[in-house]
Amino acid sequence: MTPQAEFFVLAPIIPAREADLRRLLASMNEAPGRLKSDNAVIPFAQFDRLHVARVLIIDDKTVGDTQVYNITPAKYPLYLGFLGDVDGDADAFFAELAARAPAGLRALFSCCEGFAPEIDLVSWMKAHGAPASASYVNWRGRTVRRIREEAALYDALQSHIERAATELRSMPPAGVHARLRELVNGDVAAGRVTLSPEEPTPFGWRIRNLLHLLGVPLLLLLLSPLLLVAAIVFAFRVRQLERTDPELCQRHDPVLGAELALIEDHDVSNQFSAMGSLKPGFVRLWTTRFVLLAIDYAARHVYTRGRLARVRTILFARWTFLDGTKRILFASNYDGSLESYMDDFINRVGFGLNVVFSNGIGYPRARWLILDGCDDERKFKEYLRRHQMPTQVWYKAYPGLTAADLERNVRIREGLESASLTDRDARDWVALL
Amino acid sequence: MTASPIDYADVQGLVRFGYKRMTEASYVLARVKDAAAARSWLGSAPVTNAATQDPPPPTALQVAFSPLGLDRFGVPAAVLAAFSPDFLGGMTEANRSRRLGDIGSNAPDHWDWGGGVATVPHLLVMFFAEPGGLANFMQRSTGPAWDAGFETIRRLNTADLDGIEPFGFADGISQPVIDWNDTRTRSKDRGNDYSNLTALGEFLLGYRNEYGKYTDRPLLDADARSADLPMAEDAPEKKDLGRNGSYLVMRQLRQDVRGFWQFVYRAAGGDLAQAEALAAAFVGRTRDGVPLVPIADHPIEGMGSDPEEVRQNRFTFDADPTGVRCPFGAHVRRANPRNADYPGRPTGVARLLAALGFASKGFRDDLISSVRFHRILRRGREYGPSILTRDALSAAPADDPERGLHFICLNANIARQFEFLQNAWMINTKFSALTGESDPLIGTREPRPGCPVTDSFVVQNDGSVRTQVSALPQFVTVRGGAYFFLPGLRALSYIAKAHV
Repeated sequence: MTPQAEFFVLAPIIPAREADLRRLLASMNEAPGRLKSDNAVIPFAQFDRLHVARVLIIDDKTVGDTQVYNITPAKYPLYLGFLGDVDGDADAFFAELAARAPAGLRALFSCCEGFAPEIDLVSWMKAHGAPASASYVNWRGRTVRRIREEAALYDALQSHIERAATELRSMPPAGVHARLRELVNGDVAAGRVTLSPEEPTPFGWRIRNLLHLLGVPLLLLLLSPLLLVAAIVFAFRVRQLERTDPELCQRHDPVLGAELALIEDHDVSNQFSAMGSLKPGFVRLWTTRFVLLAIDYAARHVYTRGRLARVRTILFARWTFLDGTKRILFASNYDGSLESYMDDFINRVGFGLNVVFSNGIGYPRARWLILDGCDDERKFKEYLRRHQMPTQVWYKAYPGLTAADLERNVRIREGLESASLTDRDARDWVALL
Repeated sequence: MTASPIDYADVQGLVRFGYKRMTEASYVLARVKDAAAARSWLGSAPVTNAATQDPPPPTALQVAFSPLGLDRFGVPAAVLAAFSPDFLGGMTEANRSRRLGDIGSNAPDHWDWGGGVATVPHLLVMFFAEPGGLANFMQRSTGPAWDAGFETIRRLNTADLDGIEPFGFADGISQPVIDWNDTRTRSKDRGNDYSNLTALGEFLLGYRNEYGKYTDRPLLDADARSADLPMAEDAPEKKDLGRNGSYLVMRQLRQDVRGFWQFVYRAAGGDLAQAEALAAAFVGRTRDGVPLVPIADHPIEGMGSDPEEVRQNRFTFDADPTGVRCPFGAHVRRANPRNADYPGRPTGVARLLAALGFASKGFRDDLISSVRFHRILRRGREYGPSILTRDALSAAPADDPERGLHFICLNANIARQFEFLQNAWMINTKFSALTGESDPLIGTREPRPGCPVTDSFVVQNDGSVRTQVSALPQFVTVRGGAYFFLPGLRALSYIAKAHV
């Protein structure tokens, strides 16, 4: 199994070069929201281990929100953010990137502080890494290559079904399975369909994953007497804060709304980039850290096959601290329109939203961290939109395919690889086609 | 039973009644030409409220405004800006068109009204009358003040097809029932089962919705001008311009009845009975409205026990998890998936496990949002003459009249209700993990990025491979449309005298 890794190159933009950078980013698109995948800056389509990627100018319009806590807003530079999710190791991806798109990367990074023409790209990108505190992968181990092969398999099966419909319809489910299996084996033999076996799981990753799987609960167990006391203190303190924390859920700027809408709904999936400041204080910071640790743990070990609790529409998502621990960037890739994404969240994992985002300044009032909050749908939606930032460049390696499509294709392939299925399994399998 | 908190006399009747008895109706789209005269007409217009009358009135008049209309009537910009962003943005905003499927031949550029600057309506006036009474009623209700104040841009006539829409199917069967007594928002269990009873605040502004919250509408400071408006329930010091009003979505949908039946007939190999069966699969009901899935053995909240209603409406798709009775892509299954918050109604620990996603294992689990947040109240009417199926199979004469639907729906949150329904369910090529198809009746067949094919329709077969119907033509074309605000009656008088 090839695990996925995230990368995030983050660097402050030289103010005088912002306009150049914006022009350069625009040149990577055919139109706003529609990437030229063979663009001259980063020809994303050439990287067959890259799932999703985005390049954006991190321009947090809500920095001033700290004023509600009488904290003078910090003056942050605009940052260039280049982030994505790859199969295998992120360093290996950087090397490939630097080899294939040196000129484009240099053009991009030359708009940033601390970059010089003679600098080694890979070490510069590594030095400017911003690791995620929690990240989610829709299906751990499913590579771009596998996704594409299985999509081609689905297409091949569709044409077999069209051609052999009459014959197949006279067969019981197990017969359909056997017949299609035979036909696909023919395709494979003839080289029309490729179904590569899984790569072995890297040894180092397996060890690290196992240590993480056991280590985190073990550590929590060891610290449990302390944590229990802390949890009680924290819970009451958080509840106290919740009563007075101000809400900032006013209507978002329609100009921003239009700018965001312009780049949405050009594929069956969309990107989402949002940024906000953490509520001040020790309690909020450590609550957030703990919650992100828990989410990261669940994403790594529990929600690894197509479902984040009941949500089935997220391909990749991550939370990353910026500027120490003052601000958090949330970036995700999801299916459907923003409205359905937000509804999915509110109705299915409202508790999960509240537990993280209610530590952000201005979030709709939550109760005991998990209750209320986003149940105030209108406020929540305004809150999200206010914090959202335009993503100037966005790439997804499999346009037209949703997470549900990918899961169906996995199930079809897994079924196909079984020499025989029980009658019930065969029925379920045939229903996928 | 608790008494309704509603002052029906402040609600336009259309929210409560479909005015079925008034078989004649005409929708007038107008622009304000002289604001003073327009206000004077509005101030004395006999707008019908939702109180029951004995005997019932023979006519009804309803008025709704576009954002531009409110502006022309002198509603201050700051007040206007507090309406919902989707209403203000308008149906034809380019990014919205993409989401609504108003692309290709559906694009606003091609519309008969509402697409170009000159045909954007300010006002929608709906006239309803009992048989034979419409012409007279319209004449009486307009008169010189109307002529001085407005320029009529379109008069959209409707046809009484006796509950049958132009393709020939029984129409208007599934409607949410408004929870007038506001009992629903007090129940914590309201998402447990599919219910036809829907919170008042999903349709009427100023009341609690399915979330127990309020949707966007202007709340005003109390002053001389706003004095007569109702108070805001959620902000007692404010006056509520939205209360007892609703957002009204209107779309003129041309139906290619001949194209529909000719395609279905061809796809069925020229067998009329097979053609009927395929058409029923498209719709999810037979022509007389009987669903393709069996009647539920338990009652559904918000549905009566009238045998006809039970036969046509007491069902969910729980009885058909594999889509073999009613295809996943059938129109009624897209329009109202009839699900609950949690499948299988788990309680206690099972509910907790379900919330954490451990109960969702099957491929089709948790694919569709809970329907209670996405209901609309349909109030549209057909237009054009009816046509028999056998006549529809012959080529169109040169003077074949246009047929279709003046779609009208009411909702309190256009983005979450009408737009979500249209975007995520009706035109979505990925609805319920389908692929390569849009709504068989009303969907656009335009390719979308990554989805070159959108014109198929798949019929699931029990224990065997699916049957795919390919190359569906587009049967419905959007001819016009706009978002309106259907105010309460006190809000109407505010608008009539809103100028400084």
